[in-house]
Amino acid sequence: MLEELGAQIWDKSRVVLVMDHYVPERDESSRKIVRIAREWAREQALPHVYDSQGICHVVLPQGGHILPGMFCVGGDSHSPTGGAFGAYMFGIGATEMLGVVVTGEIWLRVPDTLRMHWSGSLPAGVTAKDMMLHMLARFGMNGGAYQAVEFCGPAVQALSMQERMTLSNMSAELGAQAGLIAPDATTVEWLARTGAQVPDIEGWETDADAVCTRFEFDACGLPPMVAAPHSPANSRPVGDYDRVPVQVAYVGACTGAKLEDLRAAAAVLRGRRVAPGVRLIVAPASLQDQETARREGVLQALLDAGGELHPTSCGACAGYGNPMGDDVTVISTTARNFKGRMGSPTASVYLGSPYTVAASALRGAISDPREVLA
Amino acid sequence: MRTTEGGAPFLVEDASHRVWKLGPDIDTDLLAPGYVMQHGIDVIATHCLESVRPEFAGDVRPGDVVVAGPGFGIGSSREQAAAALVRLGVAAVIAPSYGGLFFRNAFNVGLMLLTCRDAESLAEAERIGIRFRGAPEVVAQDGRVLACEPVPDFLVDMARSGGLLNQLRKRLARQPAHG
Repeated sequence: MLEELGAQIWDKSRVVLVMDHYVPERDESSRKIVRIAREWAREQALPHVYDSQGICHVVLPQGGHILPGMFCVGGDSHSPTGGAFGAYMFGIGATEMLGVVVTGEIWLRVPDTLRMHWSGSLPAGVTAKDMMLHMLARFGMNGGAYQAVEFCGPAVQALSMQERMTLSNMSAELGAQAGLIAPDATTVEWLARTGAQVPDIEGWETDADAVCTRFEFDACGLPPMVAAPHSPANSRPVGDYDRVPVQVAYVGACTGAKLEDLRAAAAVLRGRRVAPGVRLIVAPASLQDQETARREGVLQALLDAGGELHPTSCGACAGYGNPMGDDVTVISTTARNFKGRMGSPTASVYLGSPYTVAASALRGAISDPREVLA
Repeated sequence: MRTTEGGAPFLVEDASHRVWKLGPDIDTDLLAPGYVMQHGIDVIATHCLESVRPEFAGDVRPGDVVVAGPGFGIGSSREQAAAALVRLGVAAVIAPSYGGLFFRNAFNVGLMLLTCRDAESLAEAERIGIRFRGAPEVVAQDGRVLACEPVPDFLVDMARSGGLLNQLRKRLARQPAHG
């Protein structure tokens, strides 16, 4: 399209290309898509290219590309993940992306702001994923109404960087345009480790008199949450599920297979084995996270528990291939459980935190991880 | 009916736009069903809205408008949901609210969206006019004037140009040495 337009890339240093959806190549059409992307990257001599290194929403922050105060767009609906770093980031379609790559410009309607204020602190075995499933149960999938959502309060500030990314990531499910978290010392520490030029974070916070709609939550009493088929908003406390048997436990995707997610699953499964007849699939979100997990023994703990290691790409979360098979019940750390989302329209997909998915794999049925961790 | 550079019909003030009335929450899967997404827009368009109005794709005429309840275009980011309506010659959609991604995609592919609180007071098959007096206004068949939210000039231009791609073509033709 650039050729047809006779256009140049507006600023190569501000473009990051990540190949994650159609790798590893499985058929002729995915081979073609990836080949076109690779050839284009070579011709253009793009400085920032990540080929099969993991999923863009995790690879970008690991490369130090997302900084507080940035205004960014991504070619995937989970692009609000960048909001965890205090960047205004959102997903756009192919035509708009072409426009941005050529002009460096995009239009925006100034959004209304929702503030989700979380007081207290999360109990052990309860995560950002559970916070998000709780908000989805309350507001539904269009509750965000394409607004800017900010997550704030002591329970949010206490979250690690990757846990914050899970919150911002699933702002997409909330129907928000962006999911912002004010940068702080945790943000700066992460950025320093990536080697990025650490910016001044002063001022990247909501003004005291900002116009917004505010909602209050208490993290202290939050139980692990599980979303039943076929909507992430169809969430209830894990205790409401009466031994729903599962055949597949999936630890994968940008939402649920970052290093911390792998650590959480391993905390449940270390020294144990999944229930007979349960497949545990582990698809780390990035190569970097996979390697760290390997060094820490986290990966081995998951493999010893019976896990199968799948490639670090979007994989089954984007319905790429059909690794689950038909008529199965899956519990997954991913973000979406729409009908057919993970490949088969006859699969029933439940969503939970990595702790909950691991505990369910252990018992062969949807289970409360707090019983297993205790 | 005259058309814009993008092939979409012009909006006109006289009462010549025929209304197709739909309910609330018309999602992107209804507009561009998932099972035909691997095809081109010509094929997708023939399936547009088939599960709520089976006759729509066959009977809609260039210049017709779609009137719907709140939440039009909620769902996925697929651009084809808006492009299918453009392909069928729909001149505009009139609804109280839209899915956020759909709102972007619509203008980007050359579809005019009018945000009108009283959209649902319009009736199936009535003939309406649309005029721009600063903010757009819908003139119902009985002469009632329905106010719409303002649409920024650049978005009106984008829709009239047939979308972002056509605008880029024009812009780059003016600045051949860009970049």
